[in-house]
Amino acid sequence: MSRSPVFLARASYRQRRLRDAIRALPVLGGVLCLIPLLWPHAGAEAQRTSSAIIYLFVVWTLLIVLAAVLSRLVRPDPAPDATEDA
Amino acid sequence: MLTFNLLVVISLAYVAFLFTIAFAAERRAARGQDAWLRSPLIYTLSLSIYCTAWTFYGAVGYAARSGLEYLTIYLGPTIVVIGWWWVVRKLVRIGRAQRITSVADLISSRFGKSTALGVLVTLIAVVAATPYIALQLQSVTLSFAVFADGTGTSWGEGELNAAALAVAAGLVLFTILFGTRNLDANERHHGVVMAIAAEAVIKLCALVTVGIFVVWGIAGGPAQTLALIDASPISAWTQSGSRWVGLTFVSGAAFLCLPRMFQVLVVENSDERHLATASWAFPLYLMVMSLFVVPIAVVGLNLMPAGSNPDLFVLTVPLSQGHEGLAVFSFLGGFSSATSMVIVATIALSTMVSNHIVVPLWLSSQRQGAMMSGDVRAVVLLSRRLSIAGVLGLGYVYYRLSGGGTALAAIGLISFTGAVQILPAMLGGLFWRGATRWGAAAGLTLGFAVWAWSLFLPSFGAGAVIPADVLAHGPWGIGWLRPQAMFGIVGMDPVVHAVFWSMLVNAGAFFVGSVLTFPTPMERLQGAQFVNVFEHSTGTRAWAQSAAEAEDLLIMSQRILGPSEAQAIFQREAARQGKVGYLPDVTPGFVDLLERELAGSVGAATAHAMIGQLIEGASVSVEDLIRVADEAAQILEYSNRLEAKSAEQDRTARALRDANEKLTALSIQKDAFLSQISHELRTPMTSIRSFSEILRDGGMEAVDQEKYAGIIHAEALRLTRLLDDLLDLSVLENGQVTLNVETGSLRDLIDRAVSAAGLRADGIRIARRKSDEAVPLTTDLDRLTQVFINLIANAQKYCTAAQPELRIVVQRSAGGTTVDFIDNGAGIEARSQQVIFEKFSRLADHGKAGGAGLGLAICREIMARLGGTIAYLPGQGGAAFRVTLPKAEALAAE
Repeated sequence: MSRSPVFLARASYRQRRLRDAIRALPVLGGVLCLIPLLWPHAGAEAQRTSSAIIYLFVVWTLLIVLAAVLSRLVRPDPAPDATEDA
Repeated sequence: MLTFNLLVVISLAYVAFLFTIAFAAERRAARGQDAWLRSPLIYTLSLSIYCTAWTFYGAVGYAARSGLEYLTIYLGPTIVVIGWWWVVRKLVRIGRAQRITSVADLISSRFGKSTALGVLVTLIAVVAATPYIALQLQSVTLSFAVFADGTGTSWGEGELNAAALAVAAGLVLFTILFGTRNLDANERHHGVVMAIAAEAVIKLCALVTVGIFVVWGIAGGPAQTLALIDASPISAWTQSGSRWVGLTFVSGAAFLCLPRMFQVLVVENSDERHLATASWAFPLYLMVMSLFVVPIAVVGLNLMPAGSNPDLFVLTVPLSQGHEGLAVFSFLGGFSSATSMVIVATIALSTMVSNHIVVPLWLSSQRQGAMMSGDVRAVVLLSRRLSIAGVLGLGYVYYRLSGGGTALAAIGLISFTGAVQILPAMLGGLFWRGATRWGAAAGLTLGFAVWAWSLFLPSFGAGAVIPADVLAHGPWGIGWLRPQAMFGIVGMDPVVHAVFWSMLVNAGAFFVGSVLTFPTPMERLQGAQFVNVFEHSTGTRAWAQSAAEAEDLLIMSQRILGPSEAQAIFQREAARQGKVGYLPDVTPGFVDLLERELAGSVGAATAHAMIGQLIEGASVSVEDLIRVADEAAQILEYSNRLEAKSAEQDRTARALRDANEKLTALSIQKDAFLSQISHELRTPMTSIRSFSEILRDGGMEAVDQEKYAGIIHAEALRLTRLLDDLLDLSVLENGQVTLNVETGSLRDLIDRAVSAAGLRADGIRIARRKSDEAVPLTTDLDRLTQVFINLIANAQKYCTAAQPELRIVVQRSAGGTTVDFIDNGAGIEARSQQVIFEKFSRLADHGKAGGAGLGLAICREIMARLGGTIAYLPGQGGAAFRVTLPKAEALAAE
């Protein structure tokens, strides 16, 4: 109780961070999609094509789930036609 | 074995099914039941036109040839869509705020509504789309050929070309039927969107069904499939890093720049919130589409004889296993992918061609300028239809020239790289206020030139367009201009080479050009509105003052938007200003709004030029420039708030001013009327008195007696009529009237009114279209007839034309039925239009009319009692009155 946070507008602060998370998502997606390029192609350590397929589709699913969760939580700005009613 | 003719019948039945869906959607939208047409689901499905025949057939071929590289084409858009907060959201907001009609309109609008940039982007888009449309024609043709092979008739070049031509012609027909019904691109093509959403479901189901059949039916389960993949030649493929990065970039950028994607993403978007759903649902769609590609490719490579075309495995694998039903379903999926892409792409391109090339040319060829005669809509529609045929024609020509034998994916990449040349100007315009039109033009031109030289022209084959020795040694032996090894760097992959150099040159020229040149005021204004679209909730005015009359603007708008649409806009604005009728004050805000509405039909540059011809005012004021230059946005916002407050006061003041003007005019008229009515009452009274005195004194012949009594009777009748009118009006005004509601037909009503108005044979000619008048009515028919009689009699009395004519036009719309009475006389000047419905108001030339000026006042009261309206309709080239029949009655009668 004594260490209660000093934030007054917690909700809007959370919203702004959610938007940051949405902005960061494509960066994360881009990096994850490039990782298979770093894998060794030949020799004993070489990764099999099937593992690359599984990896890429798992990353894809992860991005979709994250995008779905974030888009549910974030409140978009009111559209210009909506502000007139307000 | 399935006969080839049966397949043609199935395709035709499928097209008929699409027609039905599109038609039903249009019907529902017309009736206002379009809530579910505008759902996030339909929006997401319509985005799936990204997956064309390239995906459906080409992805498997791509995987068979180059392993996992096909995934880049779907990972790129996935990254762009899940990052919707960065670019897509801004694009959609700007598209709605500025009523953008196409990607060319976006660039033209951002850089000062420049016509030249619109032309440039249109040309790039058309050239870049040509290979892609050829790809769709090629894939559909090849899939037909597979079935023809199955029936034992192997197709030669002649049959293939004939089939491609037939497919192209069919697509032209479908697109024209459903893509050019509405002129306003922002009105959205409900039918088309619904049809492509249905096609999206079919192509997804078809590909997944084939995938499931391959994995569980042939390979024997997921584990065995993975083992097959590791054992197949696909596994031996080593991925080039530059291609992986380059193609992901190109596909992500193409998702934003392709005209057809821009059409569904921005233009057809009805609600910004749909983006939130699409941000995860569209990547999901892409993922499911890509899931079974490698298994199908691997199984195809194992099953099919060496040398068979891997682009067609989706069809040939089920056929080789004897599953004809599955093969037909798969064929329909491929057919869907190709047709939906071609339909949307040609709609988008034809909008661009007509708005940015044909209409500006046509307008400049007209002497009268913006006040041209004739309906512009007919020209625009015709040019869109011709453009649709033209675009498909170009695709067919490319198909013939390229020989139709190239791998599908290779063709698609050429097209993508061309479309992506728009990216620097688009992103620069969205995020950088310093971008100028010279920079954009330089970047677009050079990037397009590099693309054409290094990728597009070589795609016709060595020696076809570029001679073989130029390809090998450069033009005039200049080595660093070799198409596929520019600046002396040899050994790059041709596609990566083209993407790298064209993007570098394009973005570089865009930046340097923008830094070195100065923007025009219009550009700075638009730049601020685009870059700060989320901060400026209210747009900056582009028009300072205006010399235009509202009526001139209305006449011009009617020719572009159509009469009912234009009248509705003017009426709404007049109501917002607190006025009645169709003519609002020409405020800068209204001119701005009107320009945006027009831009939704003919594009920003044309709309701006047309309004500019009428307004004759400075287009950007000094004050606006200060706003643009002013970086302190708070001051702007504060003044915006003040403006909003004072707007309310403005409205009140305007209403008061109008009321005052009306009262003054009425008071003058009332004085005039009092002397008039005393005169009107006195004249019959005087003759009645004198003739009755003569009769009382007696001593005359019977003939005279009868004559004098007749005069007394006629004068008494005149008095009664006048008093009747006054009484009628007062009863109506006090609401004491009882309505005698009956059911009848509008045609009979007008017939009765025309015969009762007592037209002379040499008098006014009535023009009607009786077929429009078959409207059943349930209302007080006698009272309504009284209104019509009054309007017809007025036209007869006041129409000054040498050969007077009265047109009676009946229109039915969602808002009810309207009956317009339009004569070809001098009309009523704007000053008088405000008072004609008031009591005792009579325009000049009192003696001729012979009435007391109560007729229109009575009409207005009657219509108010019946629940309808009567109003003066300006801008029709004569006096025109619009009677709006009560909606409830009209509907109840249906």
